Amino acid sequence: MTDQATNVAAASSEAPAAPRRSRIRRAWDWYLEGHPVIVTGLAIFLGLVIGGIVIILTTPSVLHAWSNFFSDPWNAIKVSFDSVGAAYRAMFTGSIVDPSAFWHAVTTGQGWTGGSSVLTPMSETLTYATPLVIASIGVGIGFQTGVFNIGANGQAIMGGILGTYVGSMIHVPMAIHLPLTLLAGILGGILAGLIPGFLKAYTGAHEVIVTIMLNYVIVYFLTFVLLSTALEAPGSADGVSRTLDTSAQLPAIFGASSGLRVNYGLVVAIVVVIFAKWFLERSTMGFDFRVTGANPRAARTAGINNKLILILCFVVSGGLAGLAGVTQVSGVNHYIDTNFLVGSAGIGFTAITVSLLGQNKPIGIVWGSLLFAALSVGGRQMQAQTGIPYDLATVIQAVVVLLVASPVLIKEVFRLRGAKTSGIQLATKGWSS
Amino acid sequence: MHLELRGVTKRFGSLVANRNINLNVEPGTIHCLLGENGAGKSTLMNVLFGLLHPDEGEILIDGKPVVINNSGEAVRMGIGMVHQHFMLVPVFTVAENVVLGFEPTRAGFLNHAEADASIRKASEQYGLAVDPHAVVEELSVGLQQRVEILKALNHNAELLILDEPTAVLTPQEIEGLFEIMRNLKAAGKSILFITHKLKEVKAVADMITVIRLGEVVGEATPDMTEQELASMMVGRDVNLTVTKAPKVPGEPMLSVRDLVVLDDRGLPVVNGVSLDVHAGEIVALAGVQGNGQTEFVEALTGLRPALRGTVTLNGHDITNHSPRQILNAGLGHVPEDRQADGLVLSMSVQDNLVLNTPRVAPFARRGTRNLKSVRANAEERVRDFDIRTTSVDAPTSSLSGGNQQKVIVARELSRPLSLLIAAQPTRGLDVGSIEYVHKRIVQERDENRAVLIVSSELDEVLALGDRVAVMFHGQITGIVDPSVGREIIGLLMTGSQISDDSTVTVPANATTTTSSENPSEDPS
Repeated sequence: MTDQATNVAAASSEAPAAPRRSRIRRAWDWYLEGHPVIVTGLAIFLGLVIGGIVIILTTPSVLHAWSNFFSDPWNAIKVSFDSVGAAYRAMFTGSIVDPSAFWHAVTTGQGWTGGSSVLTPMSETLTYATPLVIASIGVGIGFQTGVFNIGANGQAIMGGILGTYVGSMIHVPMAIHLPLTLLAGILGGILAGLIPGFLKAYTGAHEVIVTIMLNYVIVYFLTFVLLSTALEAPGSADGVSRTLDTSAQLPAIFGASSGLRVNYGLVVAIVVVIFAKWFLERSTMGFDFRVTGANPRAARTAGINNKLILILCFVVSGGLAGLAGVTQVSGVNHYIDTNFLVGSAGIGFTAITVSLLGQNKPIGIVWGSLLFAALSVGGRQMQAQTGIPYDLATVIQAVVVLLVASPVLIKEVFRLRGAKTSGIQLATKGWSS
Repeated sequence: MHLELRGVTKRFGSLVANRNINLNVEPGTIHCLLGENGAGKSTLMNVLFGLLHPDEGEILIDGKPVVINNSGEAVRMGIGMVHQHFMLVPVFTVAENVVLGFEPTRAGFLNHAEADASIRKASEQYGLAVDPHAVVEELSVGLQQRVEILKALNHNAELLILDEPTAVLTPQEIEGLFEIMRNLKAAGKSILFITHKLKEVKAVADMITVIRLGEVVGEATPDMTEQELASMMVGRDVNLTVTKAPKVPGEPMLSVRDLVVLDDRGLPVVNGVSLDVHAGEIVALAGVQGNGQTEFVEALTGLRPALRGTVTLNGHDITNHSPRQILNAGLGHVPEDRQADGLVLSMSVQDNLVLNTPRVAPFARRGTRNLKSVRANAEERVRDFDIRTTSVDAPTSSLSGGNQQKVIVARELSRPLSLLIAAQPTRGLDVGSIEYVHKRIVQERDENRAVLIVSSELDEVLALGDRVAVMFHGQITGIVDPSVGREIIGLLMTGSQISDDSTVTVPANATTTTSSENPSEDPS
């Protein structure tokens, strides 16, 4: 091995002795090398800049100041900065922490708990991120296996339905009830995932079509079961399910009296991340998954049973989506209704974006989920405090995703090295895989 | 056009791909650039075509220094390039492809008549017969290459760069290409012909420049022997012939009886094949590509179902078993298309070395991979099989073709085997790698393994085979001793049956005798 390396080195030139450089120069070089972390950071920064421009262009008071630009140019610029600054300040304090309140809490020892705790923003962000991480990892494992599981949302809803049934209909101690509820959720996701899995393996039906259509089927199935005696809360006629027994609920980490919603679903998510890291990087089955995803023909030649891998992939991916659904029910909602994971709450769809954002890798997905959660939670605060519509947060999310997904563009904009097309790593392959 | 390169150097980081290259292409000549894979030929051509920029040195066209910034400029200066992988639009017609980017128009619409006329003219002038209205994807590879050449000529190329043009062609197509190259030369065009195949160099080149490890190691003329050229190219003496001690084969290891296999369209492409491969014997399956060899191997390895017939490996019936079962029964398989079937190019060398044994001790324990032993295994294989890679963590795509093949060979030969099937084991490899792969195959046979080689290269068939089976239209037209010579085997490849006449040399032992008769009558 070392001999080979020496041979290669001999073929190349004698590297000129690197001149000693100052620390600043080396840091600058490190920046220019364009480490993925740097590129992602710059992408988020650029996304926020573009979002700021959108805020300026859509806020009437700011536009008014600009219409008087020639009589009072400083006012136009000042109003713009004030408006954008207030929006992002609200976003930051609303999703992470309010520094002044935090300092006040540290010095006085008050305000840690309760309805307006300084920890509430972070708690909300983590609460939002918890099911998202789990669902995104499911989608990411699918992508790494060459499977486009667009049906994570339907699988999550199925997980929620089965979880709600077990959580509200049987009554046993928590040590049995909670695991049973989570398992029921996983099972629901697996059942929903097996349909496209089997159809793809044995009939060649494309999983994108099947899973997209199944999402609709499952949304109507949700409405159906909510009106059935099994799930519907007694005396209710508006499609709301029974509430989960306390023994089936993931308890709040800091206790129900703390007012912080972050719950033990976070621990479930951390376990899932560790499992996914082991599964993809260390397990033999994960190796087969990745080989199949990267080159199905070579996988087959190497003796891997492609059909079995395909079905197992839907079991893992669907199971995680189902777990995400039941985590949302058991940790946050405690019941389901006809709006469960429907529309903008469709974490299964967000999970596709987050997975691509995190390059289908568990740790990347964790960061992607936190970013998405912070933008969503902070966006609501921004709307509440500054009147800038929540939709703008969605715009910023979209711009950030576009930019993070275009490292070459970012490298060009910030004049980093290695901005060449050969450096592009596609996170997924074509639909015809 | 007269082209000269003076002291061209191209670096990638600390790696020097081209160092101080001097090259002088005279007008109206075929100049050959000879070198192994990874010697820096393609880098040099990309510099010449404006795709890369040299760090030092200059390019002179007709004595004047020029700077080529991009391929458009190169085309305007009269340089045409035919890439190894064609740059054609498959659903367009020949005419549309040829005029693409320089379309003659009338009132804003493509002027088909003029496009056709310009192609007809070039076709006649250089003997490049192609139907202008044919759709490119329906043409054979050889004809597609003609379209590429026509495209370059249509852009008024005076210097044509042909990058490994013969790698994808059949022997007949290669002959046709050489004829075209000679016509172009007669018309005053210069040709820069990049290859690593010695026979071709000797057949067409006027001048030869040999490069090795990014440097010009010398000029040569086509009257030098292949041995001399090979030594220059590789940098040491190369054994072009396979040394193989005679060996008496043992028991039949692989027995195929009356095998019928259907292709993707449902037609029988393997139609009643019977074949025995004995321990300690190399059987070479010869034949023109597309006569069922590919599907035959797929059926043997479990990748394609057999409709009828039986396959027995070491006494066990493996007909229509799964690929995993067959691999576990002791089959080593070097697939025909190594990049599509043999490797996962995006994954590391160490992972590819355990691609079909990820669960075998010591590489995994209770479902968890032991990355330490995977790495240790890879480092050992890289040393034993002389795989040139920067690291065992490097993606396999970063290796040259020869080293990619060595990864597959190393992986397959590291398992306990009773039969090795190698399809086109040296296709596209350079001389040094061919020598190595052949040596390992013979070594397997000497260690009493049964070996089945599938090759469309007659030289390889004759050099390696202890017996040669010839396949034509899904049937075995004859099983002969390689000493019968090229003519007989060539006849069998075109479908002629030979009866027990005197042209077949008396085989070395009794087993061969029975098999060289009509194989379908073998007792099964």
